[in-house]
Amino acid sequence: MYLRHGSFSYLPELTDDEIAAQVRYALLHGWPISVEYTDDPHPRNVYWELWGLPMFDLAEPDGVLREINDCRAAFPDHYVRVLAYDAKLGRQTTAMSFVVQRPAEEPGFRLDRTEGNNRVQRYGVHSYATESPSGSRYGRDGSR
Amino acid sequence: MSAGFSMHRPGSAPATADSPPEPVLDPQARVDMQADEAATRVREVLAAVDAELVGLAGVKRRIREIAALLMVDRARARFGLSASRPSLHMSFAGGPGTGKTTVALRMAEILHALDYLRAPRVHPVTRDDLVGQFIGHTAPKTKEALARAAGGVLFIDEAYYLYRPDNERDYGQEAIEILLQEMESARGSLVVIFAGYEDRMETFFSSNPGLSSRVAHHIQFEDYATDELAEIAELMLTRDDYCFTEAAREAFGEYLDRRRTLPRFANARSVRNALERARLRQANRLVALSGQVGRDDLMLITEEDVRRSRVFTLPSSRD
Repeated sequence: MYLRHGSFSYLPELTDDEIAAQVRYALLHGWPISVEYTDDPHPRNVYWELWGLPMFDLAEPDGVLREINDCRAAFPDHYVRVLAYDAKLGRQTTAMSFVVQRPAEEPGFRLDRTEGNNRVQRYGVHSYATESPSGSRYGRDGSR
Repeated sequence: MSAGFSMHRPGSAPATADSPPEPVLDPQARVDMQADEAATRVREVLAAVDAELVGLAGVKRRIREIAALLMVDRARARFGLSASRPSLHMSFAGGPGTGKTTVALRMAEILHALDYLRAPRVHPVTRDDLVGQFIGHTAPKTKEALARAAGGVLFIDEAYYLYRPDNERDYGQEAIEILLQEMESARGSLVVIFAGYEDRMETFFSSNPGLSSRVAHHIQFEDYATDELAEIAELMLTRDDYCFTEAAREAFGEYLDRRRTLPRFANARSVRNALERARLRQANRLVALSGQVGRDDLMLITEEDVRRSRVFTLPSSRD
């Protein structure tokens, strides 16, 4: 199952040059860029790990690309995304977010239905990937 | 998932930009290097260098040589001849105030005009910006400086401070290694310029032979002669809409001769400071004089403004 997280996720995957162009767009707006990674694909997972520190005062995307590639090398089977933060008063939020790496195989999700009080149906989304502990998901051990 | 849609993975072939390659010229074709649009811009910058910088004949010659080499490389590329990206890292060695920073700015413009840099930008750093204070602090700092300089020039002022031979646990060596890695990789359009005083740069490079061999252009900045300094002073004054009287000009020449022998003489920087103080004294004089001033009064720096400098009262034996 192909996970659709963030911007551009319905487009063909971005090449490094296209990522650089997007990063340049963010830098032209003065948005600092950060790189994050996780191996928990749940859509409600907001706790992605920050790779290094956010990068401020850049003029060119080379530095961001380098960090992205370092992060890809360190976590070849994780999701990696690029965030741009707009600190402008009144906005102060994530301005841009897109995935730049994903595991080769994404096992997808299961819909759990549970019966609540008075036969109310409650729904839960269960990610198959999280069945193994963090760090050993998307097996490097040849299971895929 | 189809192969065409797969995302970049480490180790896979890098994504290539699909811009159409320029057609390779016929071996019999002729290229007019002077007609190139880049050549025009380079000529403009070289003319600006000539107009702005007094003296420095050796430096100007080297700049011209480098510009010529790069233009030839561009022409070669049009014929499909091998034109690997030349090593452009430089070292500027010379006394204080000899124009190293100014030349670096101009060099960035030339390299930008020839498409070796993406922007004519100079990111000046010193040891503090590259070297960390504890283990693991240096690499992120150096990488951050490199990221900020990307696409432009990284100008390392007083580069010899990076290497401290007396302290073997100094983190400067780590910064040098990261810089070397970055200088080696041809992909980054980044030019590193090491600048510093001549004698110390010598020892810096001799203790880092790997670094020295990766710096293609070692450029020496000579100290200015007194008449060159006087010319610089004239340029600075004209730029600020000031002017020497005839007597003041003579006095300033005398000032320069005396100032040279004093310690901490910093060529053009000393000239600028001297002129700043002369302007202070002129302002003081005008305010004390009366309320009425004309345009000429405001522009002229008189002999008195120059002669009241501390340099004229110091006994010359004190240095």
